[in-house]
Amino acid sequence: MSYLKGEGMTGGYGGADILHDCSISVDKGEIAVIVGPNGAGKSTAMKALFGMLNLREGAVTLGETDVTHLTPQARVEAGMSFVPQVRNVFPTMSVEENLEMGGVLRDGPLTETIEEVYELFPALREKRHQHAGELSGGQRQQVAVGRALMTRPKLLMLDEPTAGVSPVVMDELFDRIIEVARTGIAILMVEQNARQALEIADKGYVLVQGSNRFTDTGAALLADPDVRKSFLGG
Amino acid sequence: MQDYANAALLLTNYLVVPGIAYGCQLALGALGVTLIFSVLRFSNFAHGELMSAGTMFAIFATWGFQAMGLSFGPVPTALVALPFAILASIAVVLLTDKAIYRFYRIKRSDPVILLIVSIGVMFVMAGLIRFLIGPDDRTFNDGARFILKAREVKDYLGLSEGVTIKTSQAITVLVASIAAGLLFWFLEKTKTGKMMRAFSDNEDLALLSGINPERIVKLAWVLAAVLATIAGTLYGLDKSYKPFVFQQLLLPIFAAAIVGGLGNPLGAVIGGFVIAFSEVALTYAYTKFLAYTLPPAWVPDGLVQFLPTDYKFAISFVILVLILLYRPTGILRGKTL
Repeated sequence: MSYLKGEGMTGGYGGADILHDCSISVDKGEIAVIVGPNGAGKSTAMKALFGMLNLREGAVTLGETDVTHLTPQARVEAGMSFVPQVRNVFPTMSVEENLEMGGVLRDGPLTETIEEVYELFPALREKRHQHAGELSGGQRQQVAVGRALMTRPKLLMLDEPTAGVSPVVMDELFDRIIEVARTGIAILMVEQNARQALEIADKGYVLVQGSNRFTDTGAALLADPDVRKSFLGG
Repeated sequence: MQDYANAALLLTNYLVVPGIAYGCQLALGALGVTLIFSVLRFSNFAHGELMSAGTMFAIFATWGFQAMGLSFGPVPTALVALPFAILASIAVVLLTDKAIYRFYRIKRSDPVILLIVSIGVMFVMAGLIRFLIGPDDRTFNDGARFILKAREVKDYLGLSEGVTIKTSQAITVLVASIAAGLLFWFLEKTKTGKMMRAFSDNEDLALLSGINPERIVKLAWVLAAVLATIAGTLYGLDKSYKPFVFQQLLLPIFAAAIVGGLGNPLGAVIGGFVIAFSEVALTYAYTKFLAYTLPPAWVPDGLVQFLPTDYKFAISFVILVLILLYRPTGILRGKTL
């Protein structure tokens, strides 16, 4: 029984369905990666799991509870946290204020969690008083991930965290994500850089046209000739 | 030497002192416009009438105090009445929001629709205000008139020019500084203030972080009502209360907010002073100043006034056009319309 489970999700943004009977699950401490060609519904699947679009069919469960009909805000309170692909920081607020905003739902002091984020991303500690909008792309992604970690989530969802950052920064970010997973947080990621993402994935989903095409461990998918030929460029 | 001292006093008296007081009033007005713009994302054209309504409430409360036979020495009664006026204005904005703006917010209407809605609110409020208090010119400043009289300064310095500081001007600067200071403290240091800035910065991410949008919107209205009431009452104390001037005041207030950078509170303050000083400096007649500073033969005959005071609103308009052409985000980078 996985911690987060989306089963038979079917739905879209109002018009035609984008997802067709799509199922995705991830357990605590695991990294699950959704890959697939452009327009496969990867981000849509992520949004469906987070309650940002209405499902016609299917259900989403978190732990023991059915969260299918909860708003995104309520899901945050339930332990989910989402890092959007773009516009994922508060640009005119300092790094530290960004982190504080991540924790507004929590009572009591945030200093300890902020400290943990700085341990994870030491570069942010130096830039704590700088506006998030003035940081480099990679550091901005770090702020975005840090903000999402401030709620102490049990599940962290990342929509293309490495979009537009250099390969070096990407490797670094993946390393940090593995570290986060080791603390027992479930991680679900949509990735454009399929090969690198599958290398760190415990579980990989290949989506095509809104349905599951292949599902296996990351390593098995990388080894699968079909997957390699059609999605990883040989 | 004495001539130069006289010239300096002359400019202080007719340019600097009134400019600072007017700048404070515009800055408070522009702060309200900028706050509503950054949280509700539309230009609130009813802000002028909100100032007018706030002032009207302050006058009603002043009359109430006066009827009870209360007076507060040199302090204008309106200043003591201000908290009551603020409460009444808060009630007005929260009711308007609930009855009108909320409907369009839930429908996720375009900002331009909300702008037009606010123009409707402006007309209704203007009508109600004229109905309640009448269209007449009212003076309600019952405190001491002057803090510093020109004659005293002249006698003290032995010069032919003096500086007058009206009580209302001193109160304007004092109250405006306190109000703006508290606002900045609130936005920078408190958790709720930061949430408000976060909401203004990135609404979607604020929602994802669990910030309650309705609460932020309500708070923005409350702050706008507080600022508008203070701004209107200070303006009324300094000049007089005429319901129709508030529609005209919209132009310099919006110009101030846009010149400073719409959505940027510090920009609103800077913009307020830029507009105020341009208005005062360009409508001032410099003949006397030149008589002190130039050799007698060079002193021109005319008034040496760039624009007659009747055209003072044209100044904000021209500044607005220039800013929109050459630096549409304002002096401090704000949002574009």
